[in-house]
Amino acid sequence: MKVVKTAAIAATLSLTAALSLGAQASTLQDVQARGELNCVVTTGVAGFAAPDENGRWEGFDVDLCRAVAAAVLGDAEKVKFIPTSAKTRFTILNSGEGDILFRNTTETMSRDVDLKLTFLPVNYYDGQGFLIRKELGITSAKDLDGASICIQTGTTTELNLADFFRTTGISYEPVAVETNEEGITNYSANRCDAYTTDASALASIRAALEDPSAHIILPEIISKEPLGGAVRQGDDQWADIGKWVVNAMINAEELGVTQANVAKLASKAGNNPSINRLLGTESNMGEMVGLDNAWAVRVIAAIGNYGESFDRHIGPNTPIGLSRGLNALWKDGGILYAAPIR
Amino acid sequence: MASNEKSYAPGQHPDLPAPTNLVGPIAWIRGNLLSSPTNIVLTALAAWFLYTILPSTLNWLFFDAVFTGEDRNACRAAGEGACWAFIGERFKLFTYGFYPLEQRWRVNLSFVLLCLAMVPVLFDKVPYRQYGLYYAMAFPFIAGWLLVGGNILVLELPIVPTDKFGGIMLTLVIGVTGIAFSLPLGILLALGRSSRLPLIRIFCIGFIEFIRGVPLITLLFVASTMLSYFLPPGTKFDLLLRVLIMVTLFASAYMAEVIRGGLQAIPNGQIEAGDALGLKYWPAMRLIVLPQALKISIPGIVNTFIGLYKDTTLVIIIGLLDPLGIGRASLSDPKWTGLSNEVYLFVALFFFISCFAMSRYSLYLEGKLETGHKR
Repeated sequence: MKVVKTAAIAATLSLTAALSLGAQASTLQDVQARGELNCVVTTGVAGFAAPDENGRWEGFDVDLCRAVAAAVLGDAEKVKFIPTSAKTRFTILNSGEGDILFRNTTETMSRDVDLKLTFLPVNYYDGQGFLIRKELGITSAKDLDGASICIQTGTTTELNLADFFRTTGISYEPVAVETNEEGITNYSANRCDAYTTDASALASIRAALEDPSAHIILPEIISKEPLGGAVRQGDDQWADIGKWVVNAMINAEELGVTQANVAKLASKAGNNPSINRLLGTESNMGEMVGLDNAWAVRVIAAIGNYGESFDRHIGPNTPIGLSRGLNALWKDGGILYAAPIR
Repeated sequence: MASNEKSYAPGQHPDLPAPTNLVGPIAWIRGNLLSSPTNIVLTALAAWFLYTILPSTLNWLFFDAVFTGEDRNACRAAGEGACWAFIGERFKLFTYGFYPLEQRWRVNLSFVLLCLAMVPVLFDKVPYRQYGLYYAMAFPFIAGWLLVGGNILVLELPIVPTDKFGGIMLTLVIGVTGIAFSLPLGILLALGRSSRLPLIRIFCIGFIEFIRGVPLITLLFVASTMLSYFLPPGTKFDLLLRVLIMVTLFASAYMAEVIRGGLQAIPNGQIEAGDALGLKYWPAMRLIVLPQALKISIPGIVNTFIGLYKDTTLVIIIGLLDPLGIGRASLSDPKWTGLSNEVYLFVALFFFISCFAMSRYSLYLEGKLETGHKR
């Protein structure tokens, strides 16, 4: 018995030691020592994150991972992508397997407070809509009484759907699916009457269906879905880095700094102080956040500004074909309004 | 007719050919398809069923299918059927996952070495089998070094991080490792479970019952996320290695129970015979009990192998992409969305070929080891 007791005490002690050692060093130091950024992405959402035929991850969210790597490590390619489902994403981030999350994730109060995340600025304003077969003759979401609806589990869309039907007082039958792609497969195989997810995805889903004209997207947008990146709570410096990388990309678009002209603009201080501060030719913004002053130059040289990334992956000239809408700059009628770098 | 009239000594008459209405295709059809009214109805139904689905299926699969093309729209323009161009374009991703392009020869070489290692294990009439088996035992470590890289003696390969593993290659790595290590572990656990030493017995029972009481997906999840809470930070414990350990332990618990079933079928007299010959525990087990017990357990063992092989698809939960995961992720390529049928068929075909081969081999092995004990 004594042996068992001693062993138990020893195990407890070593466990305590291990736990107390946890989460000491800063994420920035960890990432720089590792030389690689562990970025949590989705297992695949068209335009936001998906591997191409050579196994290279591409997409709007993926660009942000690369942007952070460019700022922190000086090389946009030093990213390890961790594909996660909607249910596992926060566990992977909180356990320390992932450093930062860009996984078309809606910022909500409970996730921010209860799941102990710190959200980065919104990089895409979305809302939840419905895709439905035209032959059902339904033109409004309020007519969906008794419909079976495919819905991804573990997402805010699942909760929004329940809220919407509770407020409108009609019944529905949820068909739970794990991934977006599974939802599309179920919907196109007629296993549910409607599919609901973020409106950004619905247009591209409809375009990819066998006969797009046989399906309509209902006019109602039933929720606010501010999509943004997230980091673990408790490391403010790391959260600041993520926050300002996103802000730098939006500010770069506002200031007209592009992938093409960034090298020239950064070569010497110009007469626009905002550009100078962004590109580090004036004051020392980068050093304040624990990086060097050329951090934003590397981001824009590798990824481009917000608009360039948008156009490359989800803009009107891609198969996704989204217009900027709410995601236009505030100057152009959208609500994208990044805090200034000064 | 002359030969018919020839007389033979009793018992020496040569066999005559069977009557014509008992051989040939017509007789086969009558015997197998139309032997009774029920069978006639079933045959007609089956024929009608095939007639309804076969032409459209074949058209979709082959005749109207599109084999080359740039994207989904090109496929749609070229034909009505399946868009195999998608699978063609993604074939390398399906095979190698994210393994660096210029290092993929290492995967190919490992595969060739795997095939070579399997020959002496699977077939016993190959020359130099003894040395072949030594090589097969060394193979997992050779392949590990080839795939991951690093420095051994004078040979050096660039290191490929295991998160670059994916696709069919990942399935093979997990499957082969799990199969290779779970069988010996399972044998030890099964023997331990029936051991007379209480400590060993309790440990083995505890281990087996714990692992069997928990779903694999839970173990994988614990391995991928919970471990980081317990290990000191900065501990580098490769994710794939954790998966390999978990999958092996999981399979070995099931394997132990399968083998225990075989052990219990061996009458006590066999062990007593060993005792009478003066054999100690291990020689008696190795020479008398285990060969018989394992032979009986072959179907169960292969069953566990096949289950393990298919369970590799669960690694998607921890962010590793097996062929199914690669397929799902590929479906999100804006150029190719909406081709789920093709992807799922391809993945199903891959798993079917692998699992069917395993099951046929187990039948062959049972036939070869058959010594007339079959009931």
